[in-house]
Amino acid sequence: MDFVSILSIFVMACFVGYYVVWSVTPALHTPLMAVTNAISSVIVVGALVASAASGSPVAKWLGLGAVVLASVNIFGGFAVTERMLAMYKKKDKSSAKRGKH
Amino acid sequence: MEAHAVNPWVAVLYLVAGVCFILALRGLSSPATSRKGNRYGMIGMGIAVVTTLVTHEIASLPEILVAIAIGGGIGFVIARRIQMTAMPQLVAAFHSLVGLAAVLVAIAAFLNPEAFGILGAGGSIPPVSRVEMALGAAIGAITFSGSVIAFAKLNGNMSGSPILLPGRHVINLATLAAILVLTTLFAHSGAAGPGENPLFWVLVGLAFAIGFLLIIPIGGADMPVVVSMLNSYSGWAAAAMGFTLHNTAMIITGALVGSSGAILSYIMCKAMNRSFLSVIAGGFGAESSAGSGEAREQRPWKRGSAEDAAFLMKEAESVIIIPGYGMAVAQAQHVLREMGDQLKAHGVSVKYAIHPVAGRMPGHMNVLLAEANVPYDEVFELEDINGEFAQADVAFIIGANDVVNPAAKTDKSSPIYGMPVFDVDKAKTIFFIKRSMGGQGYAGVDNDVFYMDQTMMLLADAKKMVEDINKALAD
Repeated sequence: MDFVSILSIFVMACFVGYYVVWSVTPALHTPLMAVTNAISSVIVVGALVASAASGSPVAKWLGLGAVVLASVNIFGGFAVTERMLAMYKKKDKSSAKRGKH
Repeated sequence: MEAHAVNPWVAVLYLVAGVCFILALRGLSSPATSRKGNRYGMIGMGIAVVTTLVTHEIASLPEILVAIAIGGGIGFVIARRIQMTAMPQLVAAFHSLVGLAAVLVAIAAFLNPEAFGILGAGGSIPPVSRVEMALGAAIGAITFSGSVIAFAKLNGNMSGSPILLPGRHVINLATLAAILVLTTLFAHSGAAGPGENPLFWVLVGLAFAIGFLLIIPIGGADMPVVVSMLNSYSGWAAAAMGFTLHNTAMIITGALVGSSGAILSYIMCKAMNRSFLSVIAGGFGAESSAGSGEAREQRPWKRGSAEDAAFLMKEAESVIIIPGYGMAVAQAQHVLREMGDQLKAHGVSVKYAIHPVAGRMPGHMNVLLAEANVPYDEVFELEDINGEFAQADVAFIIGANDVVNPAAKTDKSSPIYGMPVFDVDKAKTIFFIKRSMGGQGYAGVDNDVFYMDQTMMLLADAKKMVEDINKALAD
């Protein structure tokens, strides 16, 4: 792919991001940050490429380090988002579960 | 150039991963669809990782799997154990990891450009790739060091008050300019082979420094903006590396996350009626608290007790609860929900009113109330509920201060003038839980609500006070 087509994808994605994010309800802004954090760990693709390649051992170890960091984020980010989202309940549901602890 | 001349199906798979990420964010438009969205995110990530592993010749699969297992295990355990009140710190910490990962990937690309398919003819890295790499590394480094400082401030390892270096604006602007100049020099320099050019290391070093310098002057209550901004940076760093790798999944994600953080920063700034630049310039809360200190006078105020609050709220028709950061600090969300339940059992209508900048990150209060099992349809945003205070019998303020200060509407000299605030002064009775009369809220401004005829100050730890009210309500 040439630079211009990549740039086009990037610019279009910025617009998509703009509209999608404005539609997120403010009540879910914290999960939004957690999940964007998890998906920005897609940088793991670069880390895998670096650690898979032969050639430079330093680059390989840096890549493996980046894989560890990104994995913390991927698993941690999605898990914590899931945990938060599971807490959001509507009125009827929560009244059934209500109780003193 | 083998990584670029890929099988078209591989490109399609990365595109699918990117679309899954869009759907993940789309799901967050309502709590009902949000968990499905999160699944899309996981699927997208799975596709991206598996595609990468399958389509590259891998010399070291066991090491990679061990790395994923170590990182994944740590991440999973942290996500299970973390307290909801500590979410801002956690997000800051996670941002720093993305930033550092981006720096490591950029350095790896610099040392081994062949693996990334960016080794041009003649054994040099093409200028465009050098710019992308330099930007990715620089943004990643800023994200890393900035997030580390944000984490330390949020986690209490470092004082939340701004640290103001003399001449900081000059230092910061000069460092940013130096990074841009170095990027240009690096792109046009003759020494362009793998790992050859020392300018790259200087650039990364400066970027680490500027991330640190940018965040230390920013005070605790401006952290919602900072955390959002760093969120945005982590996205741009991923996008820059996506350009290096010509990878659509990374570019789409980077753009999504970048815009998400930028929009959240904008919403936060607007909710404080401050410009983004004035937040970034920092120092808020340091100067103003010194100014208001001398002007403070003794004015009469009324002290209420837990029994007073219980009695009046039991008799009320409607109560609006305004939580703030103090509720998070006191971990009072669970007892607060019990209070809400008791009041509802007495036939009182209970609603929660959340200011966009309540807490230390966007949506912080909503998560805490959700954790305490408060149904999300009892929780309202500022503009949706502000009209209801005039009919409300009780406004119950717990751990908030600046967001209910009428000075924001009337006093042009106030540092918070113009910030949208709750019209609590229109409620018939106001209960204001506060630790003592000494503290002045974050902005360091006195609050007229303390001294109003209908206000009763409940001076105690927030959790203790609500527990006492609960006891009194149960009697």
